[in-house]
Amino acid sequence: MKAAKTTLIAAAVAATAGLSLPAHAGTTLDAVLKKGFVQCGVSDGLPGFSYTDEKGQYKGIDVDVCRGVAAAVFGDASKVRFSPLTAKERFTAVQSGEVDVLSRNTTWTSSRDAGMGLSFTGVTYYDGQGFLVSTKIGVKSAKELDGASVCIQSGTTTELNLTDYFRANGMKYTPITYDKSDETVKALEAGRCDVLTSDQSQLYAQRIKLGNPADFIVLPEVISKEPLGPVVRQGDDEWFNIVRWTLFAMVNAEELGLTSGNVEEQAKTSANPDVRRLLGAEGEYGKDLKLQKDWALQIVKQVGNYGEMFERNVGMGSELKIARGQNALWNVGGLQYAPPVR
Amino acid sequence: MHNTTGVKPSSGSMLTDPKARALLFQVLSVCTVVGIGWYLFHNTQTNLAQRGITSGFGFLNNTAGFGILQSLIEFSPTDTYGRVFFIGLLNTLLVSVLGIFFATVIGFIIGIARLSPNWLISRLAAVYIEIFRNIPPLLQIFFWYFAVLRAMPGPRDSFALSDVFFLNIRGLYVPEPTATPAFWAFALALLLALGGAWELARRARSLKITTGQEFPVFFSSLALLVILPGLSILVFGKPFTWTLPELRGFNFVGGMVIIPELFAITLALTIYTAAFIAETVRSGIQSVSHGQTEAARSLGLRPKHMLRLVIIPQAMRVIIPPLTSQYLNLVKNSSLAAAIGYPDLVSLFAGTVLNQTGQAIETIAITMSVYLAISLTISFLMNIYNKRIALIER
Repeated sequence: MKAAKTTLIAAAVAATAGLSLPAHAGTTLDAVLKKGFVQCGVSDGLPGFSYTDEKGQYKGIDVDVCRGVAAAVFGDASKVRFSPLTAKERFTAVQSGEVDVLSRNTTWTSSRDAGMGLSFTGVTYYDGQGFLVSTKIGVKSAKELDGASVCIQSGTTTELNLTDYFRANGMKYTPITYDKSDETVKALEAGRCDVLTSDQSQLYAQRIKLGNPADFIVLPEVISKEPLGPVVRQGDDEWFNIVRWTLFAMVNAEELGLTSGNVEEQAKTSANPDVRRLLGAEGEYGKDLKLQKDWALQIVKQVGNYGEMFERNVGMGSELKIARGQNALWNVGGLQYAPPVR
Repeated sequence: MHNTTGVKPSSGSMLTDPKARALLFQVLSVCTVVGIGWYLFHNTQTNLAQRGITSGFGFLNNTAGFGILQSLIEFSPTDTYGRVFFIGLLNTLLVSVLGIFFATVIGFIIGIARLSPNWLISRLAAVYIEIFRNIPPLLQIFFWYFAVLRAMPGPRDSFALSDVFFLNIRGLYVPEPTATPAFWAFALALLLALGGAWELARRARSLKITTGQEFPVFFSSLALLVILPGLSILVFGKPFTWTLPELRGFNFVGGMVIIPELFAITLALTIYTAAFIAETVRSGIQSVSHGQTEAARSLGLRPKHMLRLVIIPQAMRVIIPPLTSQYLNLVKNSSLAAAIGYPDLVSLFAGTVLNQTGQAIETIAITMSVYLAISLTISFLMNIYNKRIALIER
């Protein structure tokens, strides 16, 4: 019924585009404050990024970014509702205003940023595309995949990178595409395809879902750049800034050594001007963003800094055990870097 | 009625004249509909521009950049979105044509079986109809795809039929014919044989009308169809060479493959729609009054002629209109293929292309128009057929 759903959303776009008044800057924040929660589009089930635990609670990095936005806007990280979206549904959902933020392991590309009426606010996770194969077929490198059947999620950058990679290496493949990442995993397990391709972080997450993870390996090749980040609708700079600075606040907090455990105390006692500005003890930086003075304090207190969020969901504190790698802070050799609050 | 007395109604205002009033209201409603339509179109355009969403149909000329599982025409990732559209359309038509053909054959057989005097046959037909008519088609598709076809072995443990046909989880691999130079002689012979058979049938009919004599059309046509192409093979050689599928690397290469997605969707829609067609056929046959059967019998017609010349022509009048609806349903239900990853129009164009380009309004509009066009074409053809078989009152 995915097709029907996509059609419905598309009809909704047509309806909103046709009937609503032109969007003015600032309408999203007003609407969010009025309804009392942030509507956040997430994945339909991807361990570490967005999934529901056994109690039915949403968990993951992408989920935490949305909780951070809620903490910044309302001072309460729980004031957020989630819409699980497939890769095919996600952009229409943002365009039509069905969700306020899309935080769904979505790759930042020029056509999405400029041609679809969307704005990427930053990079939550630096990723790259890889391959997951069964150990039974005895393949050690992606270069040996000539003639393979490859399972992919449809409507992703993955689909395009895959084509480029096989073309560049003069190899042939048969694409088997499904709407949901779950379906691609099931198809790999059943043997409908030889290889599953997706962002590497997803491959690690999907591998846990397999009946016997030890029978499958992630090949060493990384064939693309996949900067994943939150997306908002274009044309509302006020809302764009709030979402962008939520992530920056988390990265800055890690750099300044602020954690969910010590942030409240630091807000009172710290003499470091960077800390005092970020946490609202000095200056009116929250007001510029149309937020409360303690917006960043609430984010760090309720959701944690970037490092805490990473380790808890995908790092050593999780089943996935992904190393920080490119996602480490800039001052320890990674790419995570945030402009200062001042 | 006003003018029957010859006196014009007091025409103080136009509003009292029913003709003028009717015209006025019609003009008003047309203006309203056009106005609303224009408003919607204009507002959508303005808002799309304001939100920085690209619009227009220029994207159809852009390079697609992704692969497609099944395409009936040549396709490479460097082709355009426009070509992707045609591939999706052809894949949808393929499922529709296969589905309509098999559903009609199975539906007629089950429908006639349902009326069989044999208790077992009629009960079995009833069970078939009641089961498949009452389960949602999406579930049936899932059943065939996930429960039946996913249970097939991998390529290396394929079921093989004399090393020519192979069946595994990736599909049914069959030999692929390639035409040789002798193919044209073969095709010509086949064409001649078909023309001859048609001419024979025509002559036999006029012979029967003028003299009442029967001519064995079936066997003589069959002989013609075997002998002429056979001669061409003897004289010019084989019309085809066959490429056999062969396991190389991960998959079978060479030959043709019928992918499990196509198989599952065609099978599910055929079985589902056949159940409805069977009921339509049964109701059509039962609508022919028993008097017709008795009259035919008293003319001395044999049972097979009775069915062919008296019952079925009259039953068809009742069967065709609902049969058309079933065909339309099948075509529309084929969009459920998206659920199992079969690259039909909805999955490929209203799904992947929509997502890669972000142009929801255009892709959905094109897709909807295509389904509308297919459905209207089927309706049109069926209406022509319906006219031809309608009773001609003399």
